Amino acid sequence: MDKIRNLKKSTKAAFLNYGIVLLFFIVVQILANGGHLTNSFKGQLIPIVSYVIMALALNLVVGISGELSLGHAGFMSVGAFSGVIASMTMAGSVGNGGLRLLIAIVIGALLAGLAGVIIGIPVLRLNGDYLAIVTLAFGEIIKNVMNCLYVGVDGAGLHMSFKDTASLNMAADGKVLINGPMGATGVTKLSTFTGGILLLLVVLIVIQNLVNSRTGRAIMAIRDNRIAAEASGVPITKHKLIAFVTSAAIAGAAGALYALNYSTIAPKKFDFNTSILILVFVVLGGIGNMTGSIIAAALLTVLPELLRKFADYRMLIYAIVLILVMIATNNEKVRVFMRGLGKKGKDAEVKEEAANE
Amino acid sequence: MSENALTPVLETSHLGIDFGGLTAVDEFNIRIAPTEIKGLIGPNGAGKTTIFNLLTKVYRPSRGVILLDGKDTRSMSPVQVNHAGIARTFQNIRLFDKLTVEENVKIGLHAHISYGMFSGIFRLPGYWKEEKRAHEKALELLDIFGMADQADVRADSLPYGAQRRLEIVRALATEPKLLLLDEPAAGMNPSETAELMNNIRKIRDEFQIAVMLIEHDMNLVMGICENIVVVNFGKIIAEGTPKQIQKNEKVIEAYLGSGKES
Repeated sequence: MDKIRNLKKSTKAAFLNYGIVLLFFIVVQILANGGHLTNSFKGQLIPIVSYVIMALALNLVVGISGELSLGHAGFMSVGAFSGVIASMTMAGSVGNGGLRLLIAIVIGALLAGLAGVIIGIPVLRLNGDYLAIVTLAFGEIIKNVMNCLYVGVDGAGLHMSFKDTASLNMAADGKVLINGPMGATGVTKLSTFTGGILLLLVVLIVIQNLVNSRTGRAIMAIRDNRIAAEASGVPITKHKLIAFVTSAAIAGAAGALYALNYSTIAPKKFDFNTSILILVFVVLGGIGNMTGSIIAAALLTVLPELLRKFADYRMLIYAIVLILVMIATNNEKVRVFMRGLGKKGKDAEVKEEAANE
Repeated sequence: MSENALTPVLETSHLGIDFGGLTAVDEFNIRIAPTEIKGLIGPNGAGKTTIFNLLTKVYRPSRGVILLDGKDTRSMSPVQVNHAGIARTFQNIRLFDKLTVEENVKIGLHAHISYGMFSGIFRLPGYWKEEKRAHEKALELLDIFGMADQADVRADSLPYGAQRRLEIVRALATEPKLLLLDEPAAGMNPSETAELMNNIRKIRDEFQIAVMLIEHDMNLVMGICENIVVVNFGKIIAEGTPKQIQKNEKVIEAYLGSGKES
């Protein structure tokens, strides 16, 4: 018990998050084995995991690094379509579905990370809200590029065109992978819930260990006071770039996981609304609060599905829930009450310690 | 070591900066010996903080040369100047508010903690070894001001005086050769100020570094500084020991007015 109590607050929070994810996994497994899960909920499992990962990735930028990104769906899109292309190209050569999923996720993460580097290097040298503007444009550009991108594969390899499928000039055995505005069609579903949870755990480890290290400390110091961080010998652009690129790569991984859960996936799925939806998860869960991001993303992904019986009033109720949560978490009385709960716990601990001595 | 006493830790010549048509600092020439405590005083708006911002390269000088340990800092960024040996505190306190006291000091240690991002993410042995060393070093530094027991407190919940002390500890953690203190006693009561004086002397003796401080509290300035530079309208108007400065007519005039005009 003493050992647990002596752990740092950040370490406790980190283990709480691993616990929540594992508990979610176990509960779902038990319910699934008992046959208590509806098909619609089963279909929601991988989107839930993907959006939780997206919320964690965005929270790294918004909460830890203090920058605003309005185009994280763009990185998700890059990861999604590069992941699909990778998995379909490997269909013949790599038999194992799990391995193909893993490679697709890694490639999705690498390409989205590369996109993050390309955007980040010029923009993160600047001071101010430029990142929000540029990422907003990036999300739109990616959506529009994907809308007119055609990719196919045949014996000779990958073919690409911005015109139509005919101009891909493929051999007779060629297969269209990305079909312009229709997106990826005929995708083999590779994503599994277990795979998603494993990815989520890896992402949590990466983000939390990064935040609680020399690098993460520097990132948060720059967020809190840029001038003082510089004067203390902390390079600014390098650390902002680390946070942003890590976040973009994680978003790419989430995109690949998400896309490989469907047989078709269209580019318009990853539009501005999706970027804002992820930002809503982060803001509602609490900026900088990873536990909050996990819970908010999971609940708000399930909520529209749960509200299905309200039919036309669904989005109305969804909006009301959002407003109520915001009022509740920003209410001074609610906050004082929550703080009071925390304090009581601490006082009891102090008393206990005194008694032990 | 004997040559150390000859080479000044900081030397400026003809240093100056203009903001548009306004000359904020001009012909600023000083030499700071390796373990000297130098005071920088002058009326409000004289350009004292601007001089600190020039030395730490927050502002780019319009003219003149800054030699740090004999090296020209012309091409250095603020981060490189810090690595080269100048650390500072700020007139309006600039702490990392949401980090703990210990984490604030560890940011000062940033350049002296030698493990990379991947050791941090995968918790390789380098992480554990270096974090343990940083933790011990941070507590040791905090202990100078008796703040080790507040290591886990968030920086923004510290009382005002303690925040000023934490800024000094953080600056000290970067292992500077020259420590610039911008109004370290502002907002402190007389007994806190007296304690601060002792601590500044103690830091100089223990770490063998030079200190330059801007301060309006004349008891502190006269009590602790071996040499004082007085500036007004961006130019040096007097330089000397506290006794010389107290008698200098130009200084008295700058602070109190000449009495000839109304």
